[in-house]
Amino acid sequence: MTTSTDTAVTTQVYRVYIKASPERIWQAITDPAWTARYGYGGTVDYDLRPGGKYIAFTSDEMRATGAPDVAIDGEVLEADPPRKLVQTWRMVMDPQMESEGFTKLTYDIAEGEGGVSKLTLTHELEGAPGLATLLSGGLEELGAGGGWAWVLSDLKTLLETGNGMDTEHALNQG
Amino acid sequence: MNDDDRVFKALADPTRRFLLDLLYERDGRTLTQLESELEMTRFGVMKHLRVLEDAGLVVTHRQGREKLHFLNPVPVRLIHDRWIDKYTERRVSALAELKQELEGEGTA
Repeated sequence: MTTSTDTAVTTQVYRVYIKASPERIWQAITDPAWTARYGYGGTVDYDLRPGGKYIAFTSDEMRATGAPDVAIDGEVLEADPPRKLVQTWRMVMDPQMESEGFTKLTYDIAEGEGGVSKLTLTHELEGAPGLATLLSGGLEELGAGGGWAWVLSDLKTLLETGNGMDTEHALNQG
Repeated sequence: MNDDDRVFKALADPTRRFLLDLLYERDGRTLTQLESELEMTRFGVMKHLRVLEDAGLVVTHRQGREKLHFLNPVPVRLIHDRWIDKYTERRVSALAELKQELEGEGTA
C-alpha cells in the first residue's frame, strides 16, 4: 500500500449541494448566530485570519448533561471568504478525543448554476480513529449525533427552508 | 430526474452497491484498486462510478497524480432525515432500544 493511500483511508470527504449563495453558506459556518441553529447547536468564535483562534462551544443541552464549555478548539490556517476555509480542529470536550490531537478540516464552497452552491468538507483524520468514528456517525446510537453527514443535512435544511431539524430530539434518540 | 431519483437509481444496481461497500470498508481508492475487486472491464467500472458520482454518492479528490474515490454519505442522510425519518423514526428507535435491551440481557 502506498503512503498516499494510507492517508486517503483516514480522510473523510462530504459534499452537499445547497440552494443558497456561497456568502450565506460561509456565514452559516462562521457566524455563531447561525451555528447555534443546526447540527450540534453550539456557537463558534472564529478569528478569520491565518493563525487566528477557533473555538466551538458546547450547546446548552450538552452543558445540561455535564459537558464542559468548550467542545472544539483549533487554529485558522487559511480564510478566503466565501470560498475556502482551512483550519485545525481538536475535540476537547472528551479526554480520549482530545488525546487524538489536532486534525485538519477544509471547507470548499463553489458557486454553481441556478443559485445552487456546492459545499465540500474534507477532514483529514490521521491518527484520530475515535474522531473518525464519531464524525462518520458511528456513535449516533449512543446519542452522540450523526457526525458530519447529519450536520450538513441539517445545514442544508436550515438554509433552504429556514428551519433546522429538531436537534435536541435527534441527539437524544436511541 | 431530481436528486433523490438519482440516488435511488444509483442504489438500484448490485454492482454499484458493491462499489459503495468497498469504499465503506476502505475509503479513498483509485479506479485501479476498485477494478481489481470486480470481474468487470475498466470501462464498465468507470461507467458505474460515473452514475454514483452523478448521484453524489461518490466524490473524487485528486491527491498528487492519483484520483481517489470517496464515499459521500450525505445524499443518503438527506433522504433519511427528510423523508424516511418522518415515518419510521419512532418505530426504529423503539426497535433499537429493544435490541439494546435484549443484547444487554444476553451478555449479563
